[in-house]
Amino acid sequence: MSRFEINLMLLAGIAITCCAALPFMTEGFYLTLAVNIALYIALCTAWTLFSGPTHLVSLATAAFFGIGIYATAIGIEYLPFPLAILCGGLAGALFAAAVGAMTLRLSGVYFVIFTLGLAELARQIVTYLQTKIFGSIGLFVLTDHTEGDLFYYLLALIVAIFVTGWLIGRSRLGFAMRVIGNDELVAKHFGIEVARSKIILFVISGGFIAMAGAIMAPRYAYVEPASAFNATMSFMVVIMALLGGTRRLWGPLVGVVPFTIVTDFISANFPEHINIMIGLAFLLIVYLLKDGVSGLIDKAMRTRRGTRLQGAKS
Amino acid sequence: MKYTTSLMCSAVAAVALTVGTSVSADTIKIGASAPKSGPQAGAASAVYWPTLELWVHNVNEAGGLDVGGEKMMIELIAYDDKSQPDEAVKNIQRLTTQDKVDFLAAPYTTGLNLATAPLIARAGLPQIVATGNLNNLEPFVSKWPNTFWLLGRSSDLSTGIVGTLTEMREKGEVGSKVALVHVGDAFGLEMMAGGKPAFEEAGFEIVYESSYPLGTQDLAPVISSANASGADAFVAYSYPPDSFALTEQAQVQGFNPDVFYVGVGGALTGFGERFGNSVEGVMAMGGIDPTSEAYKTFREQQIEVTGVAPDYWANPVVYASMEILGAAIERVGSLDKATVISEIQTGSFVTVIGEVSFSDNIVEQVWNVGQWHDGTFYGVNAKGLKPAAEPFVKPAWSN
Repeated sequence: MSRFEINLMLLAGIAITCCAALPFMTEGFYLTLAVNIALYIALCTAWTLFSGPTHLVSLATAAFFGIGIYATAIGIEYLPFPLAILCGGLAGALFAAAVGAMTLRLSGVYFVIFTLGLAELARQIVTYLQTKIFGSIGLFVLTDHTEGDLFYYLLALIVAIFVTGWLIGRSRLGFAMRVIGNDELVAKHFGIEVARSKIILFVISGGFIAMAGAIMAPRYAYVEPASAFNATMSFMVVIMALLGGTRRLWGPLVGVVPFTIVTDFISANFPEHINIMIGLAFLLIVYLLKDGVSGLIDKAMRTRRGTRLQGAKS
Repeated sequence: MKYTTSLMCSAVAAVALTVGTSVSADTIKIGASAPKSGPQAGAASAVYWPTLELWVHNVNEAGGLDVGGEKMMIELIAYDDKSQPDEAVKNIQRLTTQDKVDFLAAPYTTGLNLATAPLIARAGLPQIVATGNLNNLEPFVSKWPNTFWLLGRSSDLSTGIVGTLTEMREKGEVGSKVALVHVGDAFGLEMMAGGKPAFEEAGFEIVYESSYPLGTQDLAPVISSANASGADAFVAYSYPPDSFALTEQAQVQGFNPDVFYVGVGGALTGFGERFGNSVEGVMAMGGIDPTSEAYKTFREQQIEVTGVAPDYWANPVVYASMEILGAAIERVGSLDKATVISEIQTGSFVTVIGEVSFSDNIVEQVWNVGQWHDGTFYGVNAKGLKPAAEPFVKPAWSN
């Protein structure tokens, strides 16, 4: 482990402790905002686990998220909440495995289009099952979990995602993914099982996203297919992750936080013009931050290191 | 980099500034969170926002609400929930803990009202739901006694048409064969859960039953099958787009049952305008007494103030929810939330939809079924209220 990594872990530890103290400081709006931020950090980082190295843009976030919500909505009557979350993760992972086995041989734009349809497919299946078998569509999720509880669950999930991502980065799988990301043909010639590696990553990513959905279910109180499978979420995740940059595990982190704060500022002060203002914010971001925030930070660090080296030489 | 940093900084600073605004003593802050964008934005901008605007306008025009001898003006703070539960929850948090509003207008749609109920309850505010309902409201009311259900139960709405048909059958105007269709989503199923058993119990024969997926454009097969079934009455628990499409298809195919009923959307002013003279005799969910002075004034005012013509169902109910809130505040003579809630629970209120009261927080007066006559929509079946007109057999389409 390099000194840089140790420093980074120390930093992360301090950050997590600070975050954990948040529910003690505020009960109201800022906590809710923090839950929203934590949710998108979890979603975007989980998304990056798969889409970062493979360069395959997945729009299936809403499908996994909805599956997680339904896992809690159905399971909460029989299971304790943490177990329901795990079941949600499992359901998401199974769905990802089934879908991945069928589609990860597709490449590029075909895959994007397929994932876009996935949330709609899941929504229609759930609607069909509920119409034909159960005869009712809404499900109540009435729990006593506060925003503070949800925040802690999300924080734990984020830590789990980061640890997993870090482990993958150091494993043979991570190495294989970097090769695949750079040139799939070369990877095949090396004897890397491209499809299998992609599926494993898709399953991990989908499982985590579903767990995030399972955690958020109590906030919905009343779960309907239309609200659980919301395609807008898939796009938001892509936008935020790209803003942060997907080359680094912590890239989405630096994208989500400013993005959420800016959109929130816009929706509070210009409620009539949200879409226009967000569009303008996008233009600014795209023009000023081509490689995402993390790319910018990387560049800044490289130039700093560069000047230091130069200083040592002279 | 510098530009973005300063942009972010100024954004953060501005958030801090907005947060700092203080509560002024002589205004009542009313918060609202409903769709201004997203899938529900179209509907909300027709039946929710203009009516809210009108109510604020009317109260302030009259010098404000009389709170214990002091006239207090209304200040409306409105946010867009993007038709999403996450946003709605955040907006309600912002309204109750940052803006520190005195009261709220209830959110839009059943789902978002249920999602925000726990937060609104924690803030101790009344939530008078004007745009949502369910069959099974009791567990909700017992968990959150600050919620009030001004649209009644789903079963009130779904069984209204059964009452109307029974009444017409007794007069020998219509037979017993019913074609029953519904949209395949939460609303359609809730309606069927109440409606179908009620039809069977009342001795109607369901000769055709079908559901169609939400968002279907092609409803020709539904109408032709219903036509072929020889039904005397056609009943559709439908949403606005399909209410329009079903009516149009029936007209195209010359399907002329004695009773033609559609669900949500049939009470819209635009529905009457779309079908012109052909709309005569078409029944739909909702209704009002369009001849009452209260409704006539309301209609004229909304057109004058907002430029949006109200419908014959949802707009008046939204207006009534605000009238009830205002009246309860004036009667109590303070902004104390708990006493306002108990006043709403026990009091009786004269509103644009008639005199209403709540029993266990569920309204006892509901307009169920209306019928188009001479370009106006008359409530022909209501629970706890006197219908505005008698139902009549629909003449053949006049095109």
